[in-house]
Amino acid sequence: MAAAALLRRIPAARAPPTALMAARTISDSTAPLTIETSVPFTSHIVDPPSRDVTTTPAELLTFFRDMSLMRRMEIAADSLYKAKLIRGFCHLYDGQEAVAVGMEAAITRSDSIITAYRDHCIYLARGGDLVSAFAELMGRQAGCSRGKGGSMHFYKKDANFYGGHGIVGAQVPLGCGLAFAQKYRKEETATFALYGDGAANQGQLFEALNISALWKLPSILVCENNHYGMGTAEWRAAKSPAYYKRGDYVPGLKVDGMDVLAVKQACKFAKEHAVANGPIVLEMDTYRYHGHSMSDPGSTYRTRDEISGVRQERDPIERVRKLILAHDLATPAELKDTEKEIRKEVDDAIAKAKVSVAFSVLFLVSL
Amino acid sequence: MAAASSLHVAAPVATPRVGSSAGNRSASAARGVRVAAAGSGAARAGGRLVARAAVAAKENSPASAASKSDGHEVLLFEALREALIEEMKVDPTVCVFGEDVGHYGGSYKVTKGLAEMFGDLRVLDTPIAENSFTGMGVGAAMKGLRPVIEGMNMGFLLLAYNQISNNCGMLHYTSGGQFKIPVVIRGPGGVGRQLGAEHSQRLESYFQSIPGLQMVACSTPYNAKGLMKAAIRSENPVVLFEHVLLYNLKEKIPDEEYVLCLEEAEMVRPGEHVTILTYSRMRYHVMQAAKTLVNKGYDPEVIDIRSLKPFDLHTIGNSIKKTHRVLIVEECMRTGGIGASLRSAIIDNFWDYLDAPIMCLSSQDVPTPYAATLEDATVVQPAQIVAAVEQICR
Repeated sequence: MAAAALLRRIPAARAPPTALMAARTISDSTAPLTIETSVPFTSHIVDPPSRDVTTTPAELLTFFRDMSLMRRMEIAADSLYKAKLIRGFCHLYDGQEAVAVGMEAAITRSDSIITAYRDHCIYLARGGDLVSAFAELMGRQAGCSRGKGGSMHFYKKDANFYGGHGIVGAQVPLGCGLAFAQKYRKEETATFALYGDGAANQGQLFEALNISALWKLPSILVCENNHYGMGTAEWRAAKSPAYYKRGDYVPGLKVDGMDVLAVKQACKFAKEHAVANGPIVLEMDTYRYHGHSMSDPGSTYRTRDEISGVRQERDPIERVRKLILAHDLATPAELKDTEKEIRKEVDDAIAKAKVSVAFSVLFLVSL
Repeated sequence: MAAASSLHVAAPVATPRVGSSAGNRSASAARGVRVAAAGSGAARAGGRLVARAAVAAKENSPASAASKSDGHEVLLFEALREALIEEMKVDPTVCVFGEDVGHYGGSYKVTKGLAEMFGDLRVLDTPIAENSFTGMGVGAAMKGLRPVIEGMNMGFLLLAYNQISNNCGMLHYTSGGQFKIPVVIRGPGGVGRQLGAEHSQRLESYFQSIPGLQMVACSTPYNAKGLMKAAIRSENPVVLFEHVLLYNLKEKIPDEEYVLCLEEAEMVRPGEHVTILTYSRMRYHVMQAAKTLVNKGYDPEVIDIRSLKPFDLHTIGNSIKKTHRVLIVEECMRTGGIGASLRSAIIDNFWDYLDAPIMCLSSQDVPTPYAATLEDATVVQPAQIVAAVEQICR
């Protein structure tokens, strides 16, 4: 009785700040919020969507969390690679998180996504878990491809994530095939086929786009333009680096790929368009902080000033942090706590993945 | 997919030769010696093959031996078409991609009439874009459809090699088993009549190393229909090799539905003296040579291997254990051909049974010339087969 009376007298504000307490004060409101994208959309033979994007506090906080998780995962992968726990090729996505997260926010798990080898974060966005990701990177049974695929071959069939492909551009015809199946089955869903500015010069893209346009398939070709095809800058590889226009007879939209709300708006627009009218091209103007892969320092073909400049001016996570703080949806300390939780989550997942078992050679030819 | 898997149980089976196309060599081996194993009505006495009358038996084909009713005569391209129609009728996920397969009816008429029957969404005329439409077929298969992808000429599929190798062949494995790629890739290949080098290619040798891909070659209307049906039903990606010169072969095939086993070789002519392994068009050169050989007193055993990957080492092995001499007759180039792999497989598995070195007759390692006499000289002719048998049996 006395204890209860004592408890009643302690004001809530002075209660110890546990993670649970922090979550409760961070806004989880679903009241709509309208925010302007960083820049208006540029379009090709189609009217662009409005730059006013509807979101909610809860969604913005989810964006912050999801992108931070992806960022942390990729940075951890960098360390694991240097520690030789990840071998072979490892292509990191840090800087490009807004594309993965914004896209996911605009669509459902019934829509399909296919991408190239910079696939770790798309896997997460599609509902993949950290342990499966790290285990795959380390070649263990618990990996999402049971250790048989590696960094470039993450897939999640139940979430309509079709990977995970090492040969530049080859995933785009596959993606148009997915769109074909969607149309065949009258699903009213769309396929987002992601590729880079390097892959944009592959002939098979234009073949697949032509077929998609002829057959009116719900194909959305998304060029994640990080401006470098490994060491070759876009202006040295493409006579016309206006990738959103290269569909010619297919409409296109150019999007600030570092602005998660712009990405969300564009993907929503694209899906509606694709399901009704056939293919559309999205160009996401984005940037990768790492080199092309872990074997590429990323600084021989671009200046450190350029990299730090983008980080300073356009980082997707910082952009959302500023929005959250400006709209008073959380305090800086709470966001820092979120980041701490994420760090722990990632560390725990790595620890689990490290002790998970690799297949014996008996499983070379069986699953 | 559910529809397709229930078909394995439900399909009315007329012949004893029907097997599941599960793509599993051990399963067919486990079935052991089969009655009338796809052969010219070979009789069995106590499990051992008894040599039939010394005639290059082409009249008593497996088709007529198996048929319970009168059967009907078809040309090979019609047999392929029948198979497609039957499968497309029962399984709505089967669709056809290719150049001029729809409105034009197919450059070799295999798909004639299908577009009218099944519509533009199931029989799709593609632009001339092999790389992308093959990739699209693979993507559609990842999402549960069963595309039949036609290369107007097999040689054109070289443009799609990356899709066939890396995506079609490998995705099942690299995804840790998540995706199946039940496509059929088919088309005419081989040396024709002065079609020129680029239209006379044999891709079976290029594709054979691709892990994850299964390969079969048809050679008669009977096996064309049965293999096409099996390939469509298979959960594996299957490449079905047809031959430009065999489309107008005529044969009576059963009226009842039948499906052949993808991994099984076909006993064409049982014999005692030498095992001749062949496939596709060369089967006919071999049988022509067999007539001459029989007149000269030889008794060749002719096996159409049909399954180019994996090899039916069960049937082949049984034959070698009996005859102890092997001649391979193929249309592939000498270097890196199917014969080269088959020779290795035989040496690995049946070395102790051989009384003579394995001989392999292949095409010359040259681009196929246009001029008729030169073209004839690039492929194996019956006279060479006769000479080879005489040499082996010396």
